[in-house]
Amino acid sequence: MREKLIYALAAVAALLLTRNLYQMFIGLPDEVLQGAIYRIIFFHVPAAFTFMTGALVSMLASILYLARKDFSADSVAAAVTEVALVFGFVNLLTGMIWARIIWGVWWAWDARLTFMLISCLMYAGYLMLRRSIEEPTQRARMSAVLSILTFPAVVITYKAIDWWRNQHPGPVLTFRTGGGTMDPGMEQVLWLNFLGILLFATVLMMVRMRQEEIRREIDGLRREAHAI
Amino acid sequence: MDSRNFTYMFYGFATAWVVVIAYVVTLVARERKLIEEMKRLRHMIDSGESRT
Repeated sequence: MREKLIYALAAVAALLLTRNLYQMFIGLPDEVLQGAIYRIIFFHVPAAFTFMTGALVSMLASILYLARKDFSADSVAAAVTEVALVFGFVNLLTGMIWARIIWGVWWAWDARLTFMLISCLMYAGYLMLRRSIEEPTQRARMSAVLSILTFPAVVITYKAIDWWRNQHPGPVLTFRTGGGTMDPGMEQVLWLNFLGILLFATVLMMVRMRQEEIRREIDGLRREAHAI
Repeated sequence: MDSRNFTYMFYGFATAWVVVIAYVVTLVARERKLIEEMKRLRHMIDSGESRT
């Protein structure tokens, strides 16, 4: 059943992402000031939203683990953090390429960029921590605490463009500005691409969760093998 | 400027997909390794039990 769901979601995501690519290149014109490079926003922003959604789910699953000691919540947290981190790096790298053309530099140490980098490094630390602890209960508890402590960095990343004057552009999406800063046609493609990327990330998370289950089964088999 | 603009847009799209595809490849390789490890342990336990 889960296998079929993974394939179905992957097919829907692939169709949606292909349709969106067509819209980006054929349906939409170049932006007046930025030219063709503005199209990076269709991956840059959805990747950031996917990262932030993943971070939120990881924090909630970690709280659930600490409250109920349920290892499936720990599996969700581990899987979603890893997948979210991939999209966090996609966000950083695409942003750097855009910045090279628009700002003339690859990187600026402004609040939004710096906190995004800090968030990604902390989640990378989370994954390293998981690898370094052998005992499953201790591993789950320590990584749950780290995930919860890391989430505020993601909230600061999200709010950085409201709280500080940055080199990074300010909010442009309707739900944050009330409208008028981004063409509705472009914004629609951006949201549809977020949906496509989120579906794809869900597929990756489900595959990664299955691996966590296999790993737990292997732990059990190892104990059994030692007993023999 | 325009051709550079377009080239960097291509780099941006390519980077996004390369990162995601590289992750998918590692995910598939890891799954294969885990399944092999599970089969090996099962085989070890089965042969150990049949001897005892």
